[in-house]
Order: sequence, then structure tokens, then C-alpha cells
Amino acid sequence: MGSTSQTARAGGGRLGALVGWIDDRFPMTKLWKEQVAEYYAPKNMNFWYYFGSLALLVLVIQILTGIFLTMNYKPSSAEAFSSVEYIMRDVEWGWLIRYMHSTGASAFFIVVYLHMFRALLYGSYQKPRELLWIFGMLIYFALMAEAFFGYLLPWGNMSYWGAQVIVSLFGAIPVIGDSLTEWIRGDFYISDVTLNRFFALHVIAIPIALIFLVIAHLMALHEVGSNNPDGVEIKKVKGPDGIPLDGIAFHPYYTVKDLVGVGVFLILFCLVIFFAPTMGGYFLEHANFDPANPLQTPPHIAPVWYFTPFYAILRAVPNKLAGVGLMGAAVVLFVFLPWLDRSKVKSIRFRGPIFKFFLVSFAIAFVALGYLGLQPPTPLYTNLARLFTVVYFAFFLLMPWYTSIDRTKPVPTRVTYHAH
Amino acid sequence: MRTKLLVLVAALAPAVAFAAGGEAHLEHANVDLGNKASLQRGAANFVNYCLGCHSAKYVRYNRMAADLGLTEEQLIENLMFTGERPHDTMRIGMDPDDAKRWFGVVPPDLSLINRSRGADYVYTFLRSFYVDPAKATGTNNMVLPGTAMPHVLWELQGVQEAVWEGNVDAQGNAHHVFKEFELATPGKLTPEEYDGFVRDTVNFLEYVAEPAQMQRRALGFPVIAFLIFFTLLAYALKKEYWKDVK
Repeated sequence: MGSTSQTARAGGGRLGALVGWIDDRFPMTKLWKEQVAEYYAPKNMNFWYYFGSLALLVLVIQILTGIFLTMNYKPSSAEAFSSVEYIMRDVEWGWLIRYMHSTGASAFFIVVYLHMFRALLYGSYQKPRELLWIFGMLIYFALMAEAFFGYLLPWGNMSYWGAQVIVSLFGAIPVIGDSLTEWIRGDFYISDVTLNRFFALHVIAIPIALIFLVIAHLMALHEVGSNNPDGVEIKKVKGPDGIPLDGIAFHPYYTVKDLVGVGVFLILFCLVIFFAPTMGGYFLEHANFDPANPLQTPPHIAPVWYFTPFYAILRAVPNKLAGVGLMGAAVVLFVFLPWLDRSKVKSIRFRGPIFKFFLVSFAIAFVALGYLGLQPPTPLYTNLARLFTVVYFAFFLLMPWYTSIDRTKPVPTRVTYHAH
Repeated sequence: MRTKLLVLVAALAPAVAFAAGGEAHLEHANVDLGNKASLQRGAANFVNYCLGCHSAKYVRYNRMAADLGLTEEQLIENLMFTGERPHDTMRIGMDPDDAKRWFGVVPPDLSLINRSRGADYVYTFLRSFYVDPAKATGTNNMVLPGTAMPHVLWELQGVQEAVWEGNVDAQGNAHHVFKEFELATPGKLTPEEYDGFVRDTVNFLEYVAEPAQMQRRALGFPVIAFLIFFTLLAYALKKEYWKDVK
């Protein structure tokens, strides 16, 4: 029974018979329809909606290039640095694979930060998308861990001292701090043992967690449906066929649209890979071309750009424990956004001036802290970092207040869309 | 352990600045990897003057020769002196323990020096040795004060003396400020020739730091051209599909 109906749908013939055979044993066509061909997304999704599919693309790039790097990389303190140079010089296309991976790391964060900012703009974390948002935040945390562990692997001097500084942050925790840092490193200092375990975490543990989280993120998304720039729930207005009037099939409409995004992204990505792989020291730091040296620090220790907003917050606080706590809070507070936001509307299009003010100042503070975290601290910079830290936290902590008193505009029942 | 902790604390403290040398003004090296003749001269300079003490252990002789447009015969005749085979890398015979005893430090491998310090740094460093009787080597360096490296190229450049300027700041403190170099004894090369010599050497080191960069840039253009074509095609496809979205 099932076999014949599936065959008819697949168009008959040999291929149709094969599809039918599989569908009787595995929900292939069913999954394709539910997740792609009959997943209805709002037709008004704009520029900001490219970054989800791009994040998925970068994940695939990182996994594929990572596999080939692993074939030639040696996770030992004696050989790690040399094996990376071996990849850069002697392995066929090794330089390309390595630059794709190193540029991919920065690209991942650029794409994910823009993806997260989209959620802030259009209230995508609000009910009923709280779990979707939390899965997303867990992906972000896993990504930070992945980037941190991966950064030690080239065993350059910045890898070494960056890891030393970040691991030692756990030493600020009272009572257990020292034993905890020792437990993380597996040694009294960053050593071969540390490198080996970071390698294991980077190539197996975290990637597996990332893949499962991405699947959970997508399942949650397809359960509740995509938000859109108007913050209108398209499922509330359905046609007689049960399909949302403002929804269009993800495939082919958004697959072809995302293909354009992929093209533009790859142009920018390849411009970096082929013409500026170090990005002037921001994607690959100069000091990391010196091998790890436990006896000499680089002239100026700073994490890679994607961690610097949090690093600036850490340095802005005179007390180490308080600094570490505030830095952790700066990262974790995002998780609570669905409950901090008391607004009746989702999208910035219908929010009042107070929210707009706080969102813009938050964005400015985030970028400014990122810049300050890269610079050697001066008294002026430290004071600026303190100012922006206050602005950063004000966005979250004052949110219950300013979102409940803000004047919002009425939300329409249908999305705004102009056919072109 | 105690000292390690201290180093850590120092590294964590807000005021991190272990500057490994002053913020000397750097001259532009103006490296040009398209200039094969300069790269070949630089390779000769490197094996003749640097390779005694500094290795370039990630650089393979025959790969380097091929990239610089040299045949294997030219390579063996002009650039290989100590019985290595063409597929060997540029290693040196000097024992690191001996080096440490003689110079106080092991001379660093130069494979990646242009990537970690920059071409301008190396270029300016090699032009900034000056007479300093207080130093065991008789010379000091303005870019890396207190360097253990003697002025190996003195025969070519000649001997420079540093001219200092004394001035007094608003607080009344006397300052000893470097003004310029003065050539005390001319060398075998004129100052212009010496700059050219250093530029060729630094150009070679720029190549050595990332041999793939020639290939990389050349491949970049067709890749970008293809991606632009792909994107235009994707855009046309999107336009076609989205016609029915009202």
C-alpha cells in the first residue's frame, strides 16, 4: 500500500521504485517534506536571515577542512608547530585547507554574531521560541569552547600564552581554583598533556556536541516556525489548505535565495583566504608564528578578536574574581533574554524609542569593547572599557523596566511584503 | 612554581606590556616577490651570510629553487655548500648548546621571521647596528637594543656610529634621544648598495616565510571570478523563482 503511493509521488520508474523501497523502511520523503519542501517560512525574511544558513555552511567547511588537517597534524608539544608548517609547505593544498580552517573560525563568529543580533532586532527569542534561543546560545558556548581549544593546537607563542591566561582565570575561583586549573591542564603548566587533551576535545567532544545542538536548534525552529522582520506569527492566518497565507515553501524559495547569500559569502571568504589570510594579524596573530615558549611571553597578550569584548570587561574590573564573574555574566546573560524582555511586541519595527536607544548603545558598546580588548590598556582605555561595560550590562539588567514602559506600535496581522 | 605564578599574575594584570625591544621607527622594506632576480640574490645572501648560524629548517632547497626559477644544477652550484641533498631542508651544523655558550642565546630559526616580526622590522634591524664599546660584540642595535647578534654584515656596510641628541623636557629631565646614524668607516658597498643587499635578503625571507603565497595570489583571481559568475547565476535563479511570490 505505502509502497505504491510513495512510488506514484516520486514520479514512477526505477528511481521512484527505489525511493518507495526506502520510504517503506525509513522516513526519507517524509523528512524531506516536513523539514524542507513543506516547511513554510515567512515570505518577508530579509538580509538578516542569511546568517543561519551561512553558519551551517561554515560548520560544514570547518568539519571537512578539520578532517584533512587532522590527517597531517601532530598533537605533541615537540611536533605540533612543525607539523603546521609541514601542512603549510609540504602537504598538497595544505596551505589552502589550513587557511580555510583558520579563516573559517573567524567567519563562524562573524556569522553567528550577526545571526544573534538579528534575534535582538526582531525579538526572535520571545515566546514561543525560548528553547530555540537557548539551543542557539548553547551552540554559541560550544563554539567558544571549540575556538579556545583549537587555538592552542598550532602551538605558537600566542596559543601558549593565550591558553595559559584563560585557563588561569579558573584559578580566581575561591578554594578549588588552583586544583581546578591543574585538573584542566593535567599538569602544573600548559604542556604536552594539555595539548593532547585540547586536541581530543577540539576534534571529537565539542564537534559532536555542536552537531547535536545544531540538529536540536533546527528541530525547534521547524516546530515553532521562523520569526520574521515584522515579528508576526504567520501560523495565525492560514488558508483553506492549512498553509499560512504569508508562508512560502522553504524549498525552492529559500534554498535559491540562500544560494545567493552563499555566493556573496564565499566571495568575501575567498578574498580573505587568497589575499589576506592573516587579516593583518587579526585572524592569525603575528606572535603565533613564533613557536610556544614557556619562558617568554609575546610582547602583548590579547585573545583573538571574537573574545575581546569579554576580555575588555575582564580587564575593566580591578578585582580578578569579580572580573571573571562579570565576564561570565556578560556571556550567560543572553540566555535569559526571553524572560528579561517584557515587551508585547517582538520586532524593532513596532518597538518604542527607549528599546531602540538601548539596543543601539548595546551594539556600540559590544564593538567598542571588542576594540578595547585588542589594545594594550592605558588609563583612558580602561575607563572607556568601564563605561562601555556599564552600557553593556544596562541593556540586559534594565530590560524588564524599559521594555514594559516603552511605547509600542500596533502589530499588523499580516507581514509587510512588496513583490518584486 | 612561584615564579611561574608571578609571571601569570603579571600576564593577567591589566598593565601587560613586556615589550621585547623599543618602539623603534621602522623603515619600509618594499618587498616585491615578483622580482625573481632580487629573490635569487637574496637567496645567495642568505646562504652566504645568515645560514652559518640561523637555520631555515622548514625550507626545502629544491622547492625553493623551483619557486625562484633556478635549475637543480644552479641550486647545487650556487646555494648548497655543505653536502646536503636537494630535498633537504635548510638546517645548520651548529649545536644549540654551543651556540648558547658562544652567544648567550640560540640564534632563532628564520623560516617565519617575516611573519612574526614583519619585513620592515627585519629590514630596519639589519640597517641599525652601531658601535657600542659597552657590548661584548662591539655593536648594539637600535631596533633590538642589547641584541646578542654581532654585526655580521659590517664588512659590507662599514661601521656606523649613533648620533644622540640631548634635550630637556618640561619636567626638567634630561633625555638622550637617537638622532641619526653616521658612517664612521665605509664598507665594501655604498649605502645605496647596502640597502639593496638588505632589501634582497628580506625579500627572500618574505618568500621563505610563506612559499605558498605566490600560488595563493595567482589562484585567487580565477576563484573569485568563478564565484562572481556563480553568484550572478544564483541571483538570476532566485529572481525567476520569486516571480510567483506575491
